[in-house]
Amino acid sequence: MPNSRPIRVLLAKPGLDGHDLGVKMVALALKDAGMEVIYMGMRQTPEGIVKACIQEDADILGLSNLSASLIPMGKRVIDLIKEKKMDVPVIYGGTILNEDKTKLLDMGITATFSPGTMMKDIIQTIRELVPKEKLQ
Amino acid sequence: MFKSDSIERIGEKKKHWEENVLSKVPARKPTFTTLSGIPIDHIHTPEDIQDLDYERDLGFPGEYPFTRGAYAPMNRSRPWTIRQVVGVGTARETNERHKFVMKTGQTGMSNDFDVPTCIGLDSDHPLAEGEVGRVGVAIDSMADMETLYDGIPLEGTSHSFTINHPTLPILSMFLGLAEKQGVPFSTLRGTTQNDPLKECFAMKMFSFPPKSSVKLLVDTWEFASKHLPKWNITNINGYPTRDSGGTVYHELGLTFAGAINYFDEALKRGIDVDVIAPGISMMWYVHMDFLEEVAKFRAARRIWARIMKERYGAKTKKSCMLRMHAQTGGGAYTYQQPENNIVRGTIGGMAAALGGVQSMAIACYDEALSIPSEKAHRLSIRTQQVICHESGIADVVDPFAGSYYMEWLTNEVEARSWEVIQDIEDRGGLAAAVDSGYVDKLLTQQAYSYSKAVENKERVVVGVNEFVSEEEDEEPEIFRVTEATEREQLANLKKLKETRNNGDVRRTLDDLRRAADKNDNVTPFCLEAAKVYATEGEIMQVLRDVYGEFKPPSVV
Repeated sequence: MPNSRPIRVLLAKPGLDGHDLGVKMVALALKDAGMEVIYMGMRQTPEGIVKACIQEDADILGLSNLSASLIPMGKRVIDLIKEKKMDVPVIYGGTILNEDKTKLLDMGITATFSPGTMMKDIIQTIRELVPKEKLQ
Repeated sequence: MFKSDSIERIGEKKKHWEENVLSKVPARKPTFTTLSGIPIDHIHTPEDIQDLDYERDLGFPGEYPFTRGAYAPMNRSRPWTIRQVVGVGTARETNERHKFVMKTGQTGMSNDFDVPTCIGLDSDHPLAEGEVGRVGVAIDSMADMETLYDGIPLEGTSHSFTINHPTLPILSMFLGLAEKQGVPFSTLRGTTQNDPLKECFAMKMFSFPPKSSVKLLVDTWEFASKHLPKWNITNINGYPTRDSGGTVYHELGLTFAGAINYFDEALKRGIDVDVIAPGISMMWYVHMDFLEEVAKFRAARRIWARIMKERYGAKTKKSCMLRMHAQTGGGAYTYQQPENNIVRGTIGGMAAALGGVQSMAIACYDEALSIPSEKAHRLSIRTQQVICHESGIADVVDPFAGSYYMEWLTNEVEARSWEVIQDIEDRGGLAAAVDSGYVDKLLTQQAYSYSKAVENKERVVVGVNEFVSEEEDEEPEIFRVTEATEREQLANLKKLKETRNNGDVRRTLDDLRRAADKNDNVTPFCLEAAKVYATEGEIMQVLRDVYGEFKPPSVV
């Protein structure tokens, strides 16, 4: 599509979890796929992430967490997104088991990615989530 | 080891064989490499190891350069220590789990801590919410250490603490407990991981900036060299470097570069290499390339021996002899079809045993999903017992020695590791190379190329990109820490802060701050603070105030 801008993705690790390899690789893969990626780094607070999401005008918010705080952290981010009535799909990567996946989708996370996910699947999901009109 | 005319003849015959015999059948792919990307030949011959000198490069087990083993008898005398990692929930819950695994046949005690403890934050810190007791035990003060060791004797068992930046407060709590029980420091056996640099670039549970972290490490080394003769004060750990994307030679090279950074600083402080080196051991990852892993363990012992003798002029055998722990790689495990990980763990355990490690942990098969269930724990221990008692591996020492491929690969892994060591040295040492973001960037790029190789199926991972199950995998029984754990820990901490002598806490923390300001050795001051139940977070905060906090550079 002519004159379309790249998808802007904000990536962040909420909480104290230090497993940052996955999110860094996702950042590289999304860049290689032509997206604009802002990776905030680790040890981020939910408040800081949501603030950055507004400031950066992100099309997609990607969270990563490979520790047990993934549910409480996901909930705190989603609650803030709802509170601020933001229209940003939130995707979540990490050690997400089936029962976690259900919980996360129920609370309003749009998609989850468990270990072993292929990059092409993440890229495709993001492309489907951002409406083409938004990129004009 | 070979006559030069026979080498020449073998070379000619190999060429002939390649052209006239081998070339008749096409290979299934154009090039073959090890998992670390080292190109490998179809077969290896004496040609590949023509410069190998048995006495210089291999020697005998228990003798320089220790390629064939750290000790003469190796597993024939005492088999490796089964040291599965334990740590879950509160100190009380972990104490119960410890008693369970010891009954199952575990011979050493290993403690993993939850994320807040590893970072140096108390359970009641706002950022700790949701993490308390989740992936390991929460230790806030010496009171938790007392609970953790309730009914477990300090003497006669070896105790391992996977703690890095907060080594000072955690070790102090353990020593405080020993003092309270009247157990002399000189009898305590165990290990503190205490390898801070890899936290800053790989494990990411850091607190202090790289250079400060080395200063505090040297404080503990100085203390240990005087007071803890049987304690392994540091277990330099290559595991996270590999798990963060490094190849086998990054694992060795960066880890030895860290060792060099620590020893350089320790020797500047006047610590005698022959006093401290025997208490330093190393830990490695076990990835899936079985033969490359065996080569790595052999190369590691030789590199260590050469660094100690040639760089530091170590005089004793004990200084040059590297003792190693291995853990099968969590990153080599898959989330898909988790029971396949039992097989991966077995292969890894065999590689570690053939590589001659002194202790090992086989990651539990549900590790990719959660912290291990009791069933998974038992299976890992049983796997080690089967390897040890049924496979025959424990009955012979270094059986791969002399294999053309194994000796060539051992040399190759060693040479590539020295290149990494030199590269880091040229960048001012590991602390400086970490500070600049160089190391993190290097590992991330490496991991990214590997992930692309998996994605395009150049690398097959069973159950992930090939041999995928049609139906959704059934998840094994998962061990979950409940929220009650966090509540219990917070209640304990609150009670402690109300009942301890807060005047003593303030006084000892002030003393610690003064010592830190003067850049003295802070270890004795941490010990005094721990003994009056100052919390981990309180002790660490004083140290962070003085020595700073690490802000990792952006690498993507």
